[in-house]
Formats: sequence, C-alpha cells, structure tokens
Amino acid sequence: MGIIPTTAAGIADAVRDGSVTASDVVERHLAAIEAREHEIHAFNLVGADAARTAAAAIDAAVAAGDDPGPLAGVPVALKDNMCTRGVETTCSSKILAGWRPPYDATVVERLTAAGAVVIGKTNLDEFAMGSSTENSAFGPTRNPHDISRVPGGSSGGSAAAVAAGFAPLGFGSDTGGSIRQPAALCGVVGVKTTYGAVSRYGLVAFASSLDQIGPFSTTVDDAALALEVIAGHDPMDSTSIPEPFPRLREVLDRGVEGLRVGRITDLPTGADPDVIERLEAAFDALGAAGAKIVDVEVPAFTYGLTAYYLIAPAEASSNLARYDGVRYGLRVDAPDTNAMYMATRHEGFGAEVKRRIMLGTYALSAGYYDAYYGKALRVRRLISDDFARAYEHADVLLTPTSPTVAFPIGAKTDNPLAMYLCDTYTIPSNLSGHPGMSVPFGTGADDLPVGVQVLASTCGEATMFQVAAELERAMESATP
Amino acid sequence: MTAATTTATEDALRGYELIVGLEVHVELATVTKLFSASPNRFGDEPNTNIDPVTLGLPGALPVLNRQAVELAMRIGLALNCTVKSCTFHRKNYFYPDMPKAYQISQYDEPLNVDGWLVLADGTRVGIERAHLEEDTGKSTHVGGSGGRIHGSGHSLIDFNRAGVPLVEIVSRPDIRTSEQAREYVNELRAILVAIGASDAKMEEGSMRVDANVSVHQPGTPLGTRCEIKNLNSVRSLGRAIEYEARRQVVLLEAGETVRQETRHWDETDGRTHTLRSKEDADDYRYFLEPDLVPLDPDPAWIERVRSALPMLPAERRQLLAAATGAAANSEAVMVVVDRGQDPYVLAVGDAGGDPARALVHVKEAFAEQGAEPVVPAAAIAKLTQMEVAGALTSTQVKQVLADLVAGEGDDPEAIAAAKGFEAVDTTALEAMVDEAIAAQPDAWEKYRAGEDKAVGALVGAVMKASKNQADGKAVTAILRSRRQ
Repeated sequence: MGIIPTTAAGIADAVRDGSVTASDVVERHLAAIEAREHEIHAFNLVGADAARTAAAAIDAAVAAGDDPGPLAGVPVALKDNMCTRGVETTCSSKILAGWRPPYDATVVERLTAAGAVVIGKTNLDEFAMGSSTENSAFGPTRNPHDISRVPGGSSGGSAAAVAAGFAPLGFGSDTGGSIRQPAALCGVVGVKTTYGAVSRYGLVAFASSLDQIGPFSTTVDDAALALEVIAGHDPMDSTSIPEPFPRLREVLDRGVEGLRVGRITDLPTGADPDVIERLEAAFDALGAAGAKIVDVEVPAFTYGLTAYYLIAPAEASSNLARYDGVRYGLRVDAPDTNAMYMATRHEGFGAEVKRRIMLGTYALSAGYYDAYYGKALRVRRLISDDFARAYEHADVLLTPTSPTVAFPIGAKTDNPLAMYLCDTYTIPSNLSGHPGMSVPFGTGADDLPVGVQVLASTCGEATMFQVAAELERAMESATP
Repeated sequence: MTAATTTATEDALRGYELIVGLEVHVELATVTKLFSASPNRFGDEPNTNIDPVTLGLPGALPVLNRQAVELAMRIGLALNCTVKSCTFHRKNYFYPDMPKAYQISQYDEPLNVDGWLVLADGTRVGIERAHLEEDTGKSTHVGGSGGRIHGSGHSLIDFNRAGVPLVEIVSRPDIRTSEQAREYVNELRAILVAIGASDAKMEEGSMRVDANVSVHQPGTPLGTRCEIKNLNSVRSLGRAIEYEARRQVVLLEAGETVRQETRHWDETDGRTHTLRSKEDADDYRYFLEPDLVPLDPDPAWIERVRSALPMLPAERRQLLAAATGAAANSEAVMVVVDRGQDPYVLAVGDAGGDPARALVHVKEAFAEQGAEPVVPAAAIAKLTQMEVAGALTSTQVKQVLADLVAGEGDDPEAIAAAKGFEAVDTTALEAMVDEAIAAQPDAWEKYRAGEDKAVGALVGAVMKASKNQADGKAVTAILRSRRQ
C-alpha cells in the first residue's frame, strides 16, 4: 500500500493507477475527522457509511479496469446548502432541519460522476448570511489554526475542513465573499468563478444574482482540477454560461512574464498593516517574476458594500419567503394559516436572517424601491463599468481578501456592521459578476494565515489561475 | 331577451356611461409546464404532475418553456399586438398554494403590447398587453361555506396546476355594455381555440375573466373602478357587470363615492361583495427575476409564428357568410365557425352543392361531428341538389341527413330510394290535396272564407295519407293557391 497523497490530484492519480485504494483514502480522512472534529465542528453531518460505500464502488471500478474519473476516490466536503438526494440539507437553519431533498444539485451530480466521495455536509452561517460561521443554528465552526478564532464565513465549515485535513477538497458558495474570505482566514485556496460559470441548480438560494459555488483546496492545481469538473453549461440553470469553461490546469506553469497586474489606487482603506504587508509582498513577487505592476482606479469599489446590503437582502427576502411551514421543513402549528406562517418563521429563522429579510423587504417596498433597491442597481452598474475600464489596463487586480486575519469568536457578533466590513474587498466582484480567488500568502499577526485576492475580468479564470500559481510558487520558494 | 336586458340596464344607469375593461387569464395548451418538465394536464390525480421546480423546493431553478413562448406569441400576433423583447419579474405574496411565495410574471416589459380585437358590431377593443406568467396550485377549503377559506377546518392543495403557463390578456377600458363584454370573451375564446393556444374553457378554469367596472357621466373624468372576480361563465360576466354598474350608480346618485376595491361575484344571490379594499392590497415588491435571463425573440422567429397562424374566426365568418348568403353574425355562421366546420361547408359548395342549405344542415345535424365530419362533403352536396330540385321534402331531407350522420350509407339517392321517398312528387301531392278537400268540405269552405286555421285539418289529412312523407309547407302552398 502506497503513501496516501495529500492533494486531490495526487489522490485521484494514485487511486486511478491502483497504488492506493479509495477505501484507504476515506478511512484516513475519517480518522482525521475523528481526531479533531470535536474541537473544530466543521460538519453538520459526516456521512461515514455512505462514503465507505462510495469508496468501495470506486475500488471495484478500478479493479474491473474502469476509470472512475478525474476525482477518483477524492473525499469532498459540501457546504450544507447544496442539495444532496436523500441526505439532510439544512443551511444550518432550524427551519430546514431534517429536510431531505429528493434531488442532487448539479455540482453534486458532477462531482460524484467524476469519482469524488462525499464525506459530509459542512457548517455555514445560516442561509450563508454571515462572515464567521457563528450564525449557525448548530453552533459555530472554529479555525483549525487557532480554535479560539472564527474560520470566516459563510462557508467556514468547508474552509476549516480543508485546512484541518478532513478533506482535500471543500465546496462553498460565495455571494459576497463567502468562499474567499474563509479561505484567507483558514490559509487555503478559495475560488469564486465568473457568475454563471458553475451551475446554481440545487444550491439553496441566498441572493440569486450573486451566488456562485466554488472550491476550497490546499493547492491552486486542486482548485483548477475541481473547477474543471464542476464548471460548464447546465441547461437546468438559465443563467449558466453556454460557452465551454477554460482549461485551467494547463496554464498553471506559464508564469506571469508580461502580464499586467493592477493595483487599485483608490481601494477602500481599513485593512490591517500585516495584511497590507503581505499584499505588497505579493506585488513584489509577481514583479520579480516578470509581471508589470500598473495603477488602476475603480472609483465605485467603495460603494460595493452599501449596494450589496440592499441587493442581497432584497433577493433573500424573496428567496426565503418559501419557508412557510406549508410543504417541508419546520412547521409550528397555530390557529390559522397566517399565524402558522408567523410562528414557523419566528421560530425557524435566526436573528441575522430575520434582519436581512426585513432589510430586503423594506428596500423593495412601494415608495422605497427607487431610493434603495433601484439606486443599488445603478451602483451595481457603475461598479461593473469601473471594473471593465480597469481591465482595459490590467489583466488581473490584486487586493487583500480580508481586511484582517481570523478574529476571535464572539468579537463581532454584537456588531453587524463590523461583521459586514469583513467583505469590503470581496463584494464588488460579486456585484460585477467577475471571478476572484484567494491564495494563501504567508502569515500576519499571531502567525495566522493571510490571503491575497486575485481578481480578473469576465471569463478570465485562466489568467487569474496563472497569477495564483505564480504566487503559490513564490510562497513555496520562500518557505524553507 | 338581449335587447330587453340592455334597455333595462340603460334605464337603470340613469344617464351614466358604463366603462369596462377585462383581464382574461388563459392556460396555454403546452405539453409541459412554464418552467419545468412536468406535464401540463388537467384532471390528473392530485400532486402527480410535480417536480422540484413546481414545488418551489430549495435550490430548484426555472427554465423557460419554448412552446409556451411560441403560443403566447401566437396570441399576441392574433390580437394584432407588437411582440417584443421582454423580462420576467417576481410578484411576491404569501399564499399556501403558491409554492415559492412569489409568482413569476411579466411586469414592465411584457411580451405582447398594443393590439386590438374587433367585436361583431364593429367595436374595436384595444389590447393593452398579453403577458406570460405561471399559474398557482389549487386550494380546496374543507368545511367552510361555499368552498371559501373563511370558516373552513382545513385545506387541501393540489400542485398539479402550479407552474402551468398562463397568458394574461388585458383589454383597454373600451367596452361599454355587458353585451359587448360577453361578445369580447366569446370572440377571444374563438380566437384562442382557432390558433390552438388554449382550450379556453371557463367552466374548467382554463379561461378566467376578471372585470374592471366603473361608471361616469359622459364628458366627466372616469369613475373609480372595482375589479370583479369569480366569474365562472360568460353569463355570470354579463350579470355581474350589470349588477355592479347599478350598484355604483345607486351609490353616486345617493351622493356617496365608489371605493376602489376587489369584489367577489356571488352567483347564488346575484350580487358582488367586497373581497378586499385598495388599502388592504398586497405590496407585491416586484423585482427582476434573477433566475431568468431576458427573453429576446428574434424577428425571424416572430415571422415564422406569424406566417404559421391559421385564418382567424372573424375572417372565416366573412368567407362563410359570402359563400352562403347568411349574415356573418348569424347564429348558423357563428356556430359552424366555432365548431371549425366552415371549411366543410365550403367544400360542399365546391362539390356542387348548395352552400346555404349545407350551412343549415351542418349547423343542425353536425353538432357531434367536430372539425372533420365523417360524412363525405359530396354526399351533402348531392343531398342539397336533390332538395333544390324538389326531389325531397324538408322532412325527407332531415331523415336522409340523419342516416348520413349515423353512418348508414353515404349516397343520399340510395338512402332516399330505400325509404321509398321518390314516390312523393308534385302530381301525387295534388291528388292527395284533392282527396282531402273532398273528404272535408266544411273545412275547405271555412278556409276559403278566410279562416286560416282551418287549413290545419286539410294539411293533417294529406300528411296522414302520405304517411308523413309530404312536405307540410308544400301542401299549405297548394291549398293557398287553390283558395285564390
């Protein structure tokens, strides 16, 4: 029996050539979960039996001479807002506790068809609303680098699972930074693709025009591998991009010679000095590798947060209206239908979800629409236009992913606005639909991970990955 | 009946003018639902035509049905609308039979705009818009009075109807009488059926009509309107409009005001009742549906749909009227076109038959025959020829026609021969009239003296003598000519 590789690509290769079995891979990861999950709480559900069954089927396929696919035997951790047929999908909310979808999300279908083994469903801020995974009905997830701190959010469970070695690949959803920010805080790679690159079918909607599913991994190559499996047109999602998704793995060795890397001169301030220091080191590393550093302006960047907190809650207020106790999930009985709705929603939703439903309902209401939602849509257009102009001068843009390293649990739970500021640098690319990813780039205060965000233009994932791979190489050569 | 009702209404309106606009919802005759692959079928077991999209399950997404768009475009084009690029919005409100708590509909950018429909009396009713939207599920309230939610113990929900494609056709307030409103709905229904967009059955709910009714004194601004719901037949529509108009006139005459509200028509007491006032109306919080992309039908597609449209009922009625000499709005023409049998009547004419008589026969005897009657057109052509030649009496024609429709032979001459009908010619009839006069001289004298009803006894005697094969009208005609 060979040594079990730590990367998804390594595991898939080893399982496909028979040097390790999928069953051994799964047991190794279940053992890792057994050892540390009690202090991390990355998962809402660990599907050990189902994972063992799936791994045995992969091993049987290999033994029969079949190719189980590019993710053969790779354990994957799924954020608990992706529908899994017959397996509880809760969004970390009491209102959906116990709900078993009758269908798989497209992403889940594609992963299992590629040989991946679902090892569990991960914790999140309820309905993906939050930046710390503390807004979960099932308790917070803790950062594997320091369990007194948050892993970021809302996909904190998947980020923590990958950082803790529970799975080489995790999957999250990013509406305002919910993949990239926890990736930065947990020291892993996290990608949000161009809006429409990955199907949303079966992703429980938070803000439909912003949501994108994407991967967490320990290497840039693994993220590329994961995207090559899950991205691409899906006829079940009308907003899915019809054109083929670019091949990413083949560009990773190309280097950055001649690429233009943009520095946003009017970027909102507020990032901690240790984070800024790592950003500067990233510019230096790319410059040293032959990239040209250019200054660009994105004036509307600074209004992203405000526009986001009108648009996302507005869509959420509509998306979450279906949780009424009539057809599935929690029902709290009451004398009449309206009272039942109210009792169910009062009991089923947490405080942050209620806050956003109220914000969004207000923003869409007659008499307020133009002043709030309508104006936010105009700002959204400005942000897209500003980015488009910036990408005339730069191939990618570099920013911090998060203004800070991982913060202590409870530090921001009483101050929603402070929590919202966590996503200052990630939100604008959700509004514009552009791709962005966080790459681990050393450590900051208290030896905690810092991520650098690489942003690219529409369908510019290949260039974005080229730059991310260069940053990864720079870190490897800097680490003894 | 119609004329009397209209007059009564006009009297009751005391000089006020009635203003009506209609909102008609029709279910499209698609194979599948508007946004999912579940069958669009009426009458199946409850909750069998469902799927994650229909039930609004978390994570499910809508995908627009191309056939629904095409049928909606047909409706727009048949109603002389401009078909344009459009968007979908969410209309947000809570109701147990609406699975997502929002309805996907079209708001400020509908598919079809600015058309018209011409009524039989020549009135042109403007069509403001005809847009696509999804239907809700169907609630059955158990234990309440009259199936309403108030007072019911529990409700059952059938989601088979949820997500069925609807087109909402909104007229401009160009309708002035309840008769015109009924005509509008009948004409619209005829068009929808003719173009294959919907079966448009009000009784089954595949066509639903709401009426916006107001009254005002001519020359003054329009009055406040009330929307009337629960109109389950064209007859209810007419009754409800008349009731509502009188109600509003009475209020205004008493110095009161009409409140803008939605009212429920109660078929049993013949009145409208307040359902909800404008202040209680939901704030639907419309916003662009982020799960769908704008629909931009390309001009070539629109032209393909336009050129594939069949001839519309109004034009078909004109053609049939011209061929038969009947009026375009005569009952026979309306009925025959409605059944889709007008091409058949024209085919009888082409086969050498008499179109006017063919129209009457088809109208009377072909109710169960559908658009493609089994009786060969040549047979009806032959029958009308025999009729014109006087070879058959009208009673005999009916009997031969009945045999043709029943499938008992397709040669009218052979059928007539088998029944022994050739025997009755004019000479024989004259002889039978002579016998009748001879047998009843008193009756004949009375008739000659001008007592018209005395003819009955004589005709009756001839009919009896001919074993009912004689044509009563012909017998009367002979007697009348002898009298002079």
